[in-house]
Amino acid sequence: MQSPRASDWFQSGAPWIWLSAAAVSISLFAVLSLILLLAVRGFGHFWPDTVVQIRQDNQTVLGEIKQTEAIAASRLKGLGVALPDGEKIIHRHLIKTGNRELTGLDFRWFYHVTEIRPPEDVYVLERREWGNFYGYLKAVNGRPGPDLGATLQQQIEAARAIQHEITQIEKIEIGAVNFQLDKLRLKARRLELNNALNAANRASLQAERNGLDRRYQSLRERLTQLHDKIAAGTVSMQTSDNRVVDIPLSKIVRAYQPNKLTVFEKLSFYFEKLWEFVSDEPREANTEGGIFPAIFGTVLLVLIMSMLVTPMGVIAAVYLREYANQGFLTRLIRIAVNNLAGVPAIVYGIFGLGFFVYFLGGAVDQVFYPESLPAPVFGTPGLLWASITLAVLTLPVVIVATEEGLARIPRSIREGSLALGATKAETLWRTVIPMASPAIMTGMILAISRAAGEVAPLMLVGVVKLAPSLPLDGNFPFLHLERKFMHLGFHIFDVGFQSPNVEAARPLVYATALLLVVVIIVLNLSAIAIRNHLREKYRALEN
Amino acid sequence: MAKPMETPMTHAIDVSLFDSRGESEPPETLKTCLEVRDLNLYYGDKKALASISLDIPQKKVTAFIGPSGCGKSTLLRCFNRMNDLIDNVSIEGSILLGETDIYEGRLNVADLRRRVGMVFQKPNPFPKTVYENVAYGLRIQGIKNREILDEVVERSLKSAALWDEVKDRLHDNALGLSGGQQQRLVIARAIAIEPEVILLDEPASALDPISTLKIEELIYELKSDYTIVIVTHNMQQAARVSDFTAFLYMGELIEFGPTERLFTNPGKKQTEDYITGRYG
Repeated sequence: MQSPRASDWFQSGAPWIWLSAAAVSISLFAVLSLILLLAVRGFGHFWPDTVVQIRQDNQTVLGEIKQTEAIAASRLKGLGVALPDGEKIIHRHLIKTGNRELTGLDFRWFYHVTEIRPPEDVYVLERREWGNFYGYLKAVNGRPGPDLGATLQQQIEAARAIQHEITQIEKIEIGAVNFQLDKLRLKARRLELNNALNAANRASLQAERNGLDRRYQSLRERLTQLHDKIAAGTVSMQTSDNRVVDIPLSKIVRAYQPNKLTVFEKLSFYFEKLWEFVSDEPREANTEGGIFPAIFGTVLLVLIMSMLVTPMGVIAAVYLREYANQGFLTRLIRIAVNNLAGVPAIVYGIFGLGFFVYFLGGAVDQVFYPESLPAPVFGTPGLLWASITLAVLTLPVVIVATEEGLARIPRSIREGSLALGATKAETLWRTVIPMASPAIMTGMILAISRAAGEVAPLMLVGVVKLAPSLPLDGNFPFLHLERKFMHLGFHIFDVGFQSPNVEAARPLVYATALLLVVVIIVLNLSAIAIRNHLREKYRALEN
Repeated sequence: MAKPMETPMTHAIDVSLFDSRGESEPPETLKTCLEVRDLNLYYGDKKALASISLDIPQKKVTAFIGPSGCGKSTLLRCFNRMNDLIDNVSIEGSILLGETDIYEGRLNVADLRRRVGMVFQKPNPFPKTVYENVAYGLRIQGIKNREILDEVVERSLKSAALWDEVKDRLHDNALGLSGGQQQRLVIARAIAIEPEVILLDEPASALDPISTLKIEELIYELKSDYTIVIVTHNMQQAARVSDFTAFLYMGELIEFGPTERLFTNPGKKQTEDYITGRYG
C-alpha cells in the first residue's frame, strides 16, 4: 500500500473541511465565552456578599471585598501610597464600604489590612439615595429592644407600602391630571389661534381647569399626609467606628443581614434582586435599581422599526424584482440599495436628525400642533423618529432578502395563477408573496439583529439616559411616539462611561449587556420560529 | 419508488376504450371554437410559428404533435396569451375565440384566461390546501360564499375524478398529494372556473403509467363539456385521446385532420415519416 501523500490530502478537500470546522468552532467558542463572561461578571453582582469588618492601622471599616490583588510595593510607593518598609509584595483589597454620606466614597483600596472578620450581626441597608449602609442596628424609631430585626422589617414593609402609594399618586394620578391640564392649555391656545376664544368657551375651559385643580389639590393633600406619615420613622445605626447615624425609614429599600443568611435565603434574595433588575426603574443615576424602561424602550423601538421596515422593504423589492424593467437604471438602484447597507450608522443618525426630526417633525408641528409652539412635539428627537431612522438603516437588508425570496418562486406557480385568470397583482398578493414570506422573515431577522444593537444613531434621534415616563401609558392615545425613551445599548454606554460611580456601575454594565444580548436573542428566536412555521407551510416546490 | 417516465403503454391500454372515431361527426358540421388565421410568432428575430391557420372544433379533443422545438407548445400558449409573459415575443395574425379576437388591444387578458384554462407539463399546485387550490380561481373572481365554493370544489374534484381520493383531506396541503393526483387537482382547479377551452401542455409527461391512464380517461370524460387542446410528444397518446390531430414541424403546420385519417392515411410525406418514427 502506498503511503498517503500530502498533495493527495490537499486534493481530497479535507483541509478545507478542517478549516471551516475550525472557523465554526472559534465563532461558537467566542460567542459562548462572551455570554459566559457577561453572565459571571454581571449576574454575580446580585449575590449577597459576606460583609467583613477589616482593620487597617487603627481604623476599622465594614464592607464587601470586591477585589483582591497582589501588587509590587515599589509601584505603590511610586504612586505615593504610604507603606511600611521591608515588604516587596502588597496584597491590596478593594472594599465597598458604602456609607457614602460619611466617607464621601463607597469604594476604597486598603493596602495593609491587619484583620478581616465577618461579624455575625452586621446589617446592610439598601437605600434609595447614598448607596448601601453597613452598620449595626441599634434602635428603631429611637427605641432599642429585643426584637429589633423583626420590628425593622415590619417598619420597612409599612414604609414601602406607603412609598408605593406615593409613587402611584405621583406618577399615575398626578401624571394624568398634569396631562389633562396640558391638554386644556393647548386647547385654549388652539382656540386663541383660531380666534374662537370667546367668553363661553373660556368659561367652560376655566371650569374644567378648576375641576382638575381641585383634584390636584386633593391628591396633593393626600400626598402630604403620606409624606408626613412616612417621614416619622427612623433607624439608628452604629458604624464600625462607633458613630450612630439616624436613617429615615422612607429611604430604605431593604435591610438584610448577609452573614446570617442561609444558602436558600441567599438564593431567594438573589432572584429578588434579579427580578428587581429587570422589572424596576433605575435609581441613583442608573447605578442602582432596574433597567425596565430601557428593556421596554428597546423592544418597542425594534417592534415599531420592524413594522415600518417590512412593508417598505417588501414593496421596494416587489417593484424591483417584479415590475421594474431590468435595465441599467434598475441595476443602478440595486447597487445603491446594497451600498446603503455599508453606510456608517452615525450617518443615518445625522440624516434622521436633519431630515426626520427637524424637517419632517418641524413641518408636522407647524401643521398639526401650532398651539404648542414654540415647544416642539414631533420636532424633537423621539421614539417615532428613532424607529424610522432604524427602519431606513435596515431597509437594504430587507430588500435584498425579499428579492432573493421572490426570485426563488418557480415560474410554474406564477403561470398557474395567471392561467386561472388572476392578474399579476393578484398572483403576487395571493401566491408569490405568501410563498416568499419565509425570505421576508429572514430579512426581518437580520434587520432586528442589526437594529437592536445599534446605539450611535439613536443618540441623535431620541434616546436619553433617563426618560421620565414610558412611551406607553394610561393617557390617551396610550402610545406616545413623540416621547424620548431609554435603550439598553445607550444604557450600557451611559452607565459604563458616564457614571460618577464607576465601581458601582461596572457589574451593571455586564448585566445590561447580557440582557441586551438576551433581548436580541429572544426577538430573533421568535422571528425564526415564525419563519420556520411559514417555511413548513409553503414547503418547497423544488422537488 | 422510481417513476418510469414516458413508457410506451400500448400494451397496457385497450385503445378501443378511448376510440371515439366511430361516433365522430364529419368535420364540416362541427362548430369552430378557436379560429387561427395566419399566425406568425417571433422570439426576437427568430420566427417560431409561420403562418399557421387552423380551426379547432368545439367540444372535441385536438392534439398537437411534432418533434421537440416545432412550436406546438408555443402555439398552445398563444390561445391564452401566456406568451405575453416572455420578453421579446411579437405576434402577427389573429385568433378568434367565438367572436372575440384574443389579440385585440383592449381585451382583458385575465378575462380571456378565465375562458381558456390551462394545465402545464409539471403539476403546479399552489402550496395551499386542496380546497383552496380548487377555490383559487373563484376567490380571484371575488366569490366568498362558502356554499358556492363548497359546491364548486366538490363538483370540480368529481369531474376531475379526484373527489374520492381527497374528500377526507380537503384541508391538507396539496403538496402532499402524489404527482398524478396533483395533476388531476390542477385540472380540477382549471375546470372550477368553467372555461370554454382547456389547454393541456403535455399533461402526462411527468407522470407514471397509471396516472397517465387516469389523465387520459379524464380527458375523454371532459370533452363532452369542454373544447380540449392537448400538446403531446407521445403519438400513441395522441391517437388514443384525440379526435383531431395537427402535425407541426419547424414552426409550420404540416397537416391537420381527423386523428384516424392522419394516423392511418397521412396526406404528407413529412407526417408519415414522423408517425412511422423516421425522425423526431
